[in-house]
Amino acid sequence: MNAIILSAIWGVIMMFGGVIFKKRDTPLYWAIAGVSIILIANVLEFFGHPLLSFDSKDMLHFDKFTLHFNSIALICTLLYFLLSGRDIEKIGMHVSEYFCLIFFVLCGVFISSSFNTLLLFFLGIEIMSIPLYILTGSNKANLKGNEAALKYFLMGAFSTGLMLMGIALIYGGNPQGSFYITNINLGTGDLSPMIAAGLLLIVFSLSFKVSAAPFHFWAPDVYDGAPAVISSFMMTIVKVAGFVAFIRLFSISFGAMHGQWQSLIVIITAATLLIGNITAVFQQSVKRMLAYSSISHAGFMMLAIFALNDTAHEAIILYAAAYSIATIGLFAILIKMKDYSISGFNGLGKTQPLLGFTATIFLLSLAGIPLTAGFTAKFYVLMAALQTGQDVWLVILAVICAVIGVVYYFKVIQAIYFKEPEDNDNQNISVSSGFKLLLLITVGLIILLGILPNIVIDWLYY
Amino acid sequence: MEIKWYLFLSLALFCIGIIGALTRRNSIIVFMCIELMLNSVNLLLIAFSKMHLAGNNALSYTMATEAQLFVFFIMIVAAAEVSVGLAIIVLMYRNTKSVDINFLNRLKN
Repeated sequence: MNAIILSAIWGVIMMFGGVIFKKRDTPLYWAIAGVSIILIANVLEFFGHPLLSFDSKDMLHFDKFTLHFNSIALICTLLYFLLSGRDIEKIGMHVSEYFCLIFFVLCGVFISSSFNTLLLFFLGIEIMSIPLYILTGSNKANLKGNEAALKYFLMGAFSTGLMLMGIALIYGGNPQGSFYITNINLGTGDLSPMIAAGLLLIVFSLSFKVSAAPFHFWAPDVYDGAPAVISSFMMTIVKVAGFVAFIRLFSISFGAMHGQWQSLIVIITAATLLIGNITAVFQQSVKRMLAYSSISHAGFMMLAIFALNDTAHEAIILYAAAYSIATIGLFAILIKMKDYSISGFNGLGKTQPLLGFTATIFLLSLAGIPLTAGFTAKFYVLMAALQTGQDVWLVILAVICAVIGVVYYFKVIQAIYFKEPEDNDNQNISVSSGFKLLLLITVGLIILLGILPNIVIDWLYY
Repeated sequence: MEIKWYLFLSLALFCIGIIGALTRRNSIIVFMCIELMLNSVNLLLIAFSKMHLAGNNALSYTMATEAQLFVFFIMIVAAAEVSVGLAIIVLMYRNTKSVDINFLNRLKN
């Protein structure tokens, strides 16, 4: 509750900040302060001391899972602002507005992690998406950015239409006549045709939002076309929030009929894993490779939706933290480069030892090598899928896909350490020592999560 | 009238919207088709709201009119989407002097 209210208020403050702040670097400090305040308020609410509270008529429901996820999203955003904040300023003229839109996206993220009715579910997903359409096209002079924005917008609006039709059909098929997700009466035996059709449409639209195959085709173009700082945010916090909305809706309202729609999720998961990983191998640009790798990570998170047990909830939280931190860190380094191709990383280990080292750790974590957060996250996801005792072949497929993933992540590591530095612009990038320190802290977080995943998971049972 | 006629009408409108959105090349027309999809949902929600109210005496008015409230929210979100979407289309037009979505294929390579 506090996080939703404060992020909306802070978004408005940042919006007017464009008029008030005279210096270009003031909005960043305000944004960092805002995220810190929201984080503190959220943590206080987690421990039962909310700053503000009012009765939402149970339309929003805050449990440990929600509040814990909100904290993780806020910590990732704080890290994102600290690492890439200076690059958000470089997108264009209206610095304050970019931060304002990011705060509105955060508001949507918190709503979609805490909704208790289908109305709030729809509003949360939309509040999350609409500012992102603008942010995608925020570099107005860049034609690729414009195309990405238009494509994202048309696809997003289309999937919203599908989602609304699904919600309407579920409302019609529900004899209770209610939008509360705890109140959806599925009946006994087979699902009624109306509810089944609604369920199918909602699965399709959520697959669009989290870029799961076969609805992933917009993702590489949009992530590649948008400014790199914005792609970093879209790929991590927003995508993970989509998964949290997914698991919340499906475990609470349709969990009882799990067996009837599970096979649909199995097909989507298998397709996402295969398409994401195999296509990523052939990419020459690191940014585009990361876009495909984000599709493959969506496949791993879909495994948790497939499992839908207690371990799946732990896994989603852990995967959210591990994947977001590593991707934000890697993007922070990528943005500093002038050349996004894999050969642009040639010899980075020699010219910029620290950047090379941290990038290697982030890539190892994304690939899922032990002692990094990516490994424990993948382990939990696979364990959740195995605990269901069904479709063991899906877990085997996921492990094979993780091995394919190593191929393209190690291509970059190979370029960093085993290729001679080329004479290009990437060799004379300069980074501040504060940035280096933050990168080391991020690496520390990844290794900490890799050794002690319980420090994240235990809070779910606090 | 029976509920099924309302269901058929709004599903027909919805399908016209989907087919239009998938086949037309002009981004403004694609956008109009998406709006048609949203409005068919509005129609269906109102019909279902009336159906629940007529068919089930145990429901209170407040519960059955939830769908009618939902319709207002859909309108608001659609308005927000229009304002953002038209701005993006205008931005696109300024740079390419065209609103054809075939231009979008440039990103592929």
